[in-house]
Amino acid sequence: MSVTGWTTILVFFLTIVVLARPVGGMLTRVLAGEHTLPSHILGPLERAFYRLSGVNPDEEQSWSQYALAVLAFKLVCFVAVYLILRLQAHLPLNPAGQAAVAPDLAYNTAISFLTNTNWQSYAGETTMSHLSQMLALTAQNFVSAAAGIAVAAAVIRGFTRREAGTIGNFWADLTRLTLYVLLPACVVLALFFVWQGVPQSLSGVVDATTLEGAHQTIALGPVASQEAIKMLGTNGGGFFNTNSAHPFENPDALTNFVQMVCIFALGAGLTNMFGRMVGNEQQGWTIFAAMSVLFMVGAGILYWSESHANPAFAALGIDPIQGNMEGKEVRFGIVGSALFAAVTTDASCGAVNAMHESFLPLGGMVPLVNMMLGEIIFGGVGSGLYGFILFAIIAVFMAGLMVGRTPEYLGKKIEARELKMTMLAVLCLPLVMLGFTALAVVVGPGTSALSAAGPHGFSEALYAYTSAAANNGSAFSGLTANPFWNVTLGIGMMIGRFFVIVPVLAIAGAMAVKKNVPTTSGTFPTDSGLFIGLVTGVILIVGGLTFLPALALGPIVEHLSMLRGIFS
Amino acid sequence: MIRHIRPALVLFALLSTLTGLAYPLGLTAVANLLFSHQAQGSIIIRDGHPVGSALIGQNFTSDRYFHPRPSATSGVDPADPSKSVPTPYNAAASVGSNLGPTSRSLVARVSAGAAAIGADNPDAIREGWKIPADLVTTSASGLDPDISPEAAFFQVRRVALARHLPEMRVRGLVVQMIRQPMMGWLGEPHVNVLALNLALDAGQ
Repeated sequence: MSVTGWTTILVFFLTIVVLARPVGGMLTRVLAGEHTLPSHILGPLERAFYRLSGVNPDEEQSWSQYALAVLAFKLVCFVAVYLILRLQAHLPLNPAGQAAVAPDLAYNTAISFLTNTNWQSYAGETTMSHLSQMLALTAQNFVSAAAGIAVAAAVIRGFTRREAGTIGNFWADLTRLTLYVLLPACVVLALFFVWQGVPQSLSGVVDATTLEGAHQTIALGPVASQEAIKMLGTNGGGFFNTNSAHPFENPDALTNFVQMVCIFALGAGLTNMFGRMVGNEQQGWTIFAAMSVLFMVGAGILYWSESHANPAFAALGIDPIQGNMEGKEVRFGIVGSALFAAVTTDASCGAVNAMHESFLPLGGMVPLVNMMLGEIIFGGVGSGLYGFILFAIIAVFMAGLMVGRTPEYLGKKIEARELKMTMLAVLCLPLVMLGFTALAVVVGPGTSALSAAGPHGFSEALYAYTSAAANNGSAFSGLTANPFWNVTLGIGMMIGRFFVIVPVLAIAGAMAVKKNVPTTSGTFPTDSGLFIGLVTGVILIVGGLTFLPALALGPIVEHLSMLRGIFS
Repeated sequence: MIRHIRPALVLFALLSTLTGLAYPLGLTAVANLLFSHQAQGSIIIRDGHPVGSALIGQNFTSDRYFHPRPSATSGVDPADPSKSVPTPYNAAASVGSNLGPTSRSLVARVSAGAAAIGADNPDAIREGWKIPADLVTTSASGLDPDISPEAAFFQVRRVALARHLPEMRVRGLVVQMIRQPMMGWLGEPHVNVLALNLALDAGQ
């Protein structure tokens, strides 16, 4: 570890602190349908979209109508993406002549992108045509991110309204977020990336003859346009197989820094939007602070772990000073790789600039734990905030139990129905993560896909289902997904998305109809340091009790084996 | 549900066209106007022929060149197209080794790599240098264009001998080619191997 390394982490964090308020203000204005700079230019487009689709943006929906609209839209996305991937050989913009994507892989990829997971069972440059990359994958990156933010906005509206039956209009939220937030930001970002060296080309490959006379085929494509939304929308699905480690996706330390900032930008802004919408920015900053504590602890442990060399290398005459460089790029070094890994799994991004599978056991455990906690540390765009609100509800409930009062959050009574919905959403994640892992490590088609033996093989399986259920998309990528994995991971991704979205919208609907309870001296303040401690504790206890046994079987055993020099 | 079908279909079509076609295609046009070199892959042309990309590593095995990091990429076996063989720096199929820290294959590979590097650079070993870790570990992409300054200095003696150049001159070239962290803290010091080798060729 070094001073420059800690400087990088600190400057990164300060950048997020500074961005939270302006981004939050902008999101609030866009979602309220107010005028913004992009809406002056793209306003006619928005109105044309509503006219053609028969949407009245001012007509609000109940929570169930809002949820149905989300599900209907996702169904269309699934069918369309599946068809594009299956038919890509017959469609234009396929300079490398890619064949049709196999059925199980097309199903897995379609779910992966519509749930904002972006798990890659495929290798981009050898599987996808340019049309598939753009029309299927890049477009899904936009709309799945916009849908996530839309749901978060609807949930917040539920808390802010009194005796109301509606929580907003999904179609209007979806359109406005895409047109006025994601698209303009991505145009600027993508141009910056191209300037820094990320290709944006419609040709397939460049053939070069190396200095030693060998032939080198260099894959190209419309990379920058996908790179921008991949980070900003916390999607994470890369153009190339090795994602942001590929020099064409992430050419230098500056693009690396910008990519990390993009991953957190909207998630951090949403905490501020939350504060603004509930009429007390302090409420937003409290959530921001709790998230920051968890972020710093994870990033610190990862940086510390990866700064160590693999102890097995010492006897081979290898200098330990660089740390664990297997699966890392020289231009990012340890801190650029460790911080990226923490950020991408705090949020549900899943882009990687280093191979998480090659991290030392405790270093690899941090991304795993980040995802197991539900990706509520800034989190996926939208999903991070509504995921955090679930934990906040549990925290006020526990506080209520301690003093014997009906719990309240943001002036609303939390009652049995909301708690049941919260528990449904919170418990479905471990069920998928642990249940499917247990299945995969005992059946033949499950174990045959694992690249590693022993505890590391277990970690590989656990990481895959954790990543799928949490809608992250990063992987211990030694795993070669076969139809068993593609199907089960697809189910896991869907449960992880929709078994959270529907209950959380139901909570929003229940909140909207309630009256406001006046704040009294007996009200537990949810904008205080005490609340930060309580909610952080709840997150860690829920995560710890649920996952510690599984972590003991995987990374912890592997760490002890490494220290004893036991290999498998 | 029925009332949602029209907006779902129409908005899907409109938003996909906008973000999946208009945005990437429009950006391609603008990017190629403003930054045509980068947009087409930062290709380096020497004597009228492309020799590689400034951002993508390539394999070097000759003593006359600085060597890059090991690469885990593979490619189609020219003898039998149904098989794949190790093909370092295959820029059409990026991949990392994905070997875990307690993997026997990892330790065996690193051990063999360290022995080979020791044999290639006997003077460096005799002078008591430890092997820089990046020279025996594969990168995440398999296409890492850079090595650490230590890894470049480690190879100076070998390259100087093979080219019959004074060691100080080769060392000086390496020093010139080191890219320092931006603003003193962002990124790691590194040397682009292709750029260094091109400079070597140009200097002779």
